[in-house]
Amino acid sequence: MTRPVLEVSGLAKHFGGVVAVDGVSFTVNEGEILGIIGPNGCGKSTLFNCILGQLLPSAGTVRLDGMDVTGATPEAMNRQGVSRTFQLLQVFPELTVRENLILAGQEHRGSMLSRLFGPGDAGLTAEADRMAEVFRLGHLTKAKAGGLSYGQQKLLDAAMAFMAGPRLVLLDEPAGGVNLTMLADLKERLRAMNVEHGATFVVIEHNMDFVMSLCTRVIVMVEGKVLMSGTPAEVRADPAVLDAYLGH
Amino acid sequence: MSETAASPVPAKASGLAGGLLGRLDGVLLTLVAGAVILWFLPVGMGRYGTYVLTLWLVTAIAVMGLNLTLGIAGLKSLAQGAFMGIGAYITAILGTKLGIDWYTCFALSGLACFALGLVLGFPALRVKAHYLAFVTLAFSTLVWLVLRNEQWLTGGTFGISNIARPTLFGLRTDGALAFHRFVVVVTLILALALWWLVRSPWGRAFLALRENPIRAASLGIDIRAYTLLAFAIGSAYGGFAGALYAPLVEFIDPTPFALSASFMLLLMVVAGGSGYQLGPFLGALLAVALPEWLRFTGGLYLIVFGIVVLLLLIVCPTGILGLLDRGWTALKARFGASDGSRP
Repeated sequence: MTRPVLEVSGLAKHFGGVVAVDGVSFTVNEGEILGIIGPNGCGKSTLFNCILGQLLPSAGTVRLDGMDVTGATPEAMNRQGVSRTFQLLQVFPELTVRENLILAGQEHRGSMLSRLFGPGDAGLTAEADRMAEVFRLGHLTKAKAGGLSYGQQKLLDAAMAFMAGPRLVLLDEPAGGVNLTMLADLKERLRAMNVEHGATFVVIEHNMDFVMSLCTRVIVMVEGKVLMSGTPAEVRADPAVLDAYLGH
Repeated sequence: MSETAASPVPAKASGLAGGLLGRLDGVLLTLVAGAVILWFLPVGMGRYGTYVLTLWLVTAIAVMGLNLTLGIAGLKSLAQGAFMGIGAYITAILGTKLGIDWYTCFALSGLACFALGLVLGFPALRVKAHYLAFVTLAFSTLVWLVLRNEQWLTGGTFGISNIARPTLFGLRTDGALAFHRFVVVVTLILALALWWLVRSPWGRAFLALRENPIRAASLGIDIRAYTLLAFAIGSAYGGFAGALYAPLVEFIDPTPFALSASFMLLLMVVAGGSGYQLGPFLGALLAVALPEWLRFTGGLYLIVFGIVVLLLLIVCPTGILGLLDRGWTALKARFGASDGSRP
C-alpha cells in the first residue's frame, strides 16, 4: 500500500478581502503524479506557494511524511526533500548549465564549513553532467544558461529540481511556452524520473494533453476551491469540469 | 587574461591540494604574476611613487571586500569607508596607546569589522537595494561622527600620529620599499583567500543571492546565513585595509573615512567591473593613480578626473572588465568557440 508523501488539509490564503485559496485539501501518494488544473487566477500557484513556504497560509495544515511543515521556509522545505519549479523561468543566466545543476544540489552536501574548504563543485560535477544527459542537455553543460533557448531553459529548470534527489517535486506549468518536440522530451523525461526513480510529482499545467497523458490523478480547481478530483478519464468526462474550465 | 569571477570553476580533484590544482585559472595566475611584478616595480621609483603604489594595493583590499558584498552577492553597501576607518583606528589606538603588535591589531580589525558587518547585515534581510544603501549610509555617518567627536579615544580632528609599521621575522618595514613589499604579500594572501571563496560553493551561493534570491531559497540555499556572511566578510576586508592604511600614512584623522570615501570605493567597484575578481585592482588604480597622473592639469585635475570617470561609465557601464568580457565573448563568437567560459 502506498503511503501519503504530502497531505494538504483545509489550506486557505486570503489577500485582504480576496480569497485566493479556499480550504483546499488533497493527498499525494508516493510515486504518484498528481495534476492540478484550473482556469487562470483560480489559485493554483498561490496553493504551491503556500505549500512551499513562499507564502504563509491563512488557515490549514501541510504535512510532509506525516510531519507538520505548515509555514516552513522554502529553504527548510527543500532540505526536507521538496523541490519545485516556477511558472516563470528561474534559471541563473550567468552560470553555465553545469553550474546551475551543481548549485541546485550543493546545499545538500556536507556542512557550510565543509563546502567552503572542499572541492569547488561540492563533488557534483559527475552528477550534474548525468542529470544534464537525462534532460537532453549533455552537449550544453559548458554553455551559459542565459544563452539557451526557452525550451532548453525549461528543461534545465526541471532538471535542477531533481539534483537534490527530492522526495517530492512540484512543477508549476513546466510545459508553458515549450514547443511540441521539446514538450514530448520533457514529458518523457518526467515519466522516466517517475518510473525509474520513483519520483513523486505535483504538476500545475494548462496543457490538457500534457496533463492527461502524464498524470495518474487530476484535481480541478475553480475560484480557489477543489471542484473535483479523479483519474484523467473521469475529469475529461465530468460535465461540471467541462462547464467551469473547458468552457463547454 | 582569464577572468571568471561570476562563474565558479568546478574542481575535478578532491581535497584542499587537489582542489587547488583543479581550480588553476587565469585569475590565479594574474594575481601571482601581478604580485611578482609589484614586488620589483617600485625599485628606483622614489618614496612618493612607492607610497602611491602601496596606497593603491591597500585601497584595492577594501574594494575587494565591497566587490564581494555588492558585486558578487548584490547587496548595496555604502559603509566600506567606515569599515576601513574602524580598522585603521583599532590598529592606531591599540598600537599607540596599548603597544599591541600590528599582527594582533590586524586580526582584531578584521574580526571587529566582521562582527559589525554581521550586525549591519541584519537590515539586509528585511530591506533591499537603495533602502539597504540608506541603512549603511546612516551607519557610515554614525562611525564618522564617533571618530570625529570622541576625542578622548580617537583624538578627534587632531587624529592619531606615530603609528608604527610592523616587523616581519625581525625585519623592520619602516622604509617605503620594505612596507610596500609587506603590503604586496598581505594583498596577495587576501586576494587568494577571496579567489578560493568565490570558486567554492559559497561563491556560487553568493551569486545565486544576487541573481535570484527566491529561486536560491527554493534550492535550499540559506539566504539568511549567506546574506550575513557576504556583509561580514566584505566588511572584514574593509577592516584589513584600514589596518594597513594606518601604518602606511602613519597619521590618521577622520577625514579619509567620511561618507565620500564609501562613495569612492563604490565607484571603484563599478568602474573596475562589478563582480569581476580583478576589477577591484583596476577600479582602485583608476581612483588612486589617475588623479596623480592628472596633476599636470593643476587645479583642474579633479574636474578632468570626474569627466574621465563619467566617460568611462557611459562607454562601459559594466566597468573596464565588463567591456573586455564583451569583447572576448564577441571574439569567441566570431571564431566559433562557445563553451560559456568567461574571458
